[in-house]
Amino acid sequence: MSHSARLHTHTHRQRGGKEGGRNGEIQGGRRSDKPAARTPPQAAQRSAGVEEMTVHNLYIFDRNGICLHYSEWNRKKHAGISRDQEYQLMYGMLFSIRSFVNKMSPVDFRDGFLSFQTSKYKLHYYETATGLKIVMNTDLGVGNIRDILSQIYSTIFVELVVKNPLCSLNEPIQSELFRTKLDSFVRGLPFFSARAG
Amino acid sequence: GREEAGREGAAMVVFSVYVVNKAGGLVYQHDNYSPRSDVEKTFSYPLDLVLKVYDERVVVSFGQRDGIKVGYAVLSVNGMDVNGRYMTDNRDVLEYLNTSFNYPLAIRFGRPRLTSNEKLMLASMFHSLFAIGSQLSPEPGSSGIEVLETDTFKLHCFQTLTGIKFIVLADPRQAGIDSLLRKIYEIYSDYALKNPFYSLEMPIRCDLFEQNLKVALEVAEKAGTIGTTS
Repeated sequence: MSHSARLHTHTHRQRGGKEGGRNGEIQGGRRSDKPAARTPPQAAQRSAGVEEMTVHNLYIFDRNGICLHYSEWNRKKHAGISRDQEYQLMYGMLFSIRSFVNKMSPVDFRDGFLSFQTSKYKLHYYETATGLKIVMNTDLGVGNIRDILSQIYSTIFVELVVKNPLCSLNEPIQSELFRTKLDSFVRGLPFFSARAG
Repeated sequence: GREEAGREGAAMVVFSVYVVNKAGGLVYQHDNYSPRSDVEKTFSYPLDLVLKVYDERVVVSFGQRDGIKVGYAVLSVNGMDVNGRYMTDNRDVLEYLNTSFNYPLAIRFGRPRLTSNEKLMLASMFHSLFAIGSQLSPEPGSSGIEVLETDTFKLHCFQTLTGIKFIVLADPRQAGIDSLLRKIYEIYSDYALKNPFYSLEMPIRCDLFEQNLKVALEVAEKAGTIGTTS
C-alpha cells in the first residue's frame, strides 16, 4: 500500500513539480527528471546537527604528567578547583583509566583506551609511542577523531614544538605560533561550531 | 552459538557483568565469555625469555617471541597450574625455571587472569573514575562515565537513582547493551531486592538472580546486531 503511494508521488514530481510546494522541495527547475538523491529533510537535519557539535577544550600532557598545553573554546562549567589541580586530576584519571583498561581487556590490544562519554560530553584520547597524551573534549555527536588527534600531533606539535630549538620539551609550550595554529586548526574542524553565549 | 560467534569474530559477545554498590564495593561479578589466547611450548635450558615477578605473578618482561608477548604470565608448568608466583607444591616458579635439572619442560603463557581481589580493586577504581568523569565535565549537569571505549571492548555503565552501578563489558560492535543494563536492573530488583535473605549493599548470592541474568545475557547476545531486546 505504501509502496504504491510512493510511486504515486514520484510520478507527480516528474510531471512538472506542481506538487513540489506540498512536498516542501526547493528545486531549481520546474521538473526533476531524476529522483532527488538528497531529500530536503536530510539537508535540514545536517545543518541542525552541525550547530550542536562543538569542541569544548583540549589538553596536551607529556609522559611525566606535566600539562604542556591547554586551550578551551566552549566551556560552560569549570571544575571548581585550581587550574593546576585540574590538570593533575585529569592526568591522574587518564593514567588510572589506562591501567584499568590494561587489566580489564579480554584480549591483547593495539591502541587501548580510545574515548569515553557521559551524558553531556565525550572525551577523546590519543597517546603517542613517546608518552605524549592529547585529550579533546567534544560534544556527544562526534565520532572517532583519532586521526584528527594524530594530525594535531604530526602536523602541529611535531612541526612547531619538537622541531623548534627554542621549545624545551619538558615545559609548558610558550610558542605563540603553536597556539594560533592549533586554534585555527580546531576552529576549522567540520564538527566545530562556536556557540553563541 | 559459540562457534558462530567465533566465525564472525565474536561480534555478538558480552564478556562480563559487574554490579557495584553505592560505596564502590563489588557486590556481584559474572564472566560470560573469556577469550583465551594461551600459548604452550616446550623449552630447554636456558630460557631465552626474561621473566620477572609483577603483581605477584611471573610475567614475561623481555624476549617476546612466537606468540608469547610481553606481559603474558606463566599459567602452568608441565600441565600443573601455578598459583601466582608459586607452584602447587609451594615451590617458587622462578627458582624452578632457573634450575637446569628440571628441563626440558612445557610452560603455558597467556594474558594474566584477574583474581577476585583484583576485580574488587578494579570495580572500586571504576567507581572513582566515574565520579571524576562527572567532575571534569566542561558542560554542567553531566553524569559520570556511561560508555568507555577501547579497541578491544566497550564498557557500559548504568547508575541507578540509588547509586548502584551495573557495568557490562562487551565487544565494541555489540548493540542493545542499554536495554540489557535496564533488564539487569529489573532482574536485580526482582530476585535480589525482593529476596528477604538479601541485605542491601552486600554481595549478591541469589541463585535466581544468577540464572535469570544468564538468560538475559543469552537473549542480548542473540538479538545484538538485529535490534534491541524488548
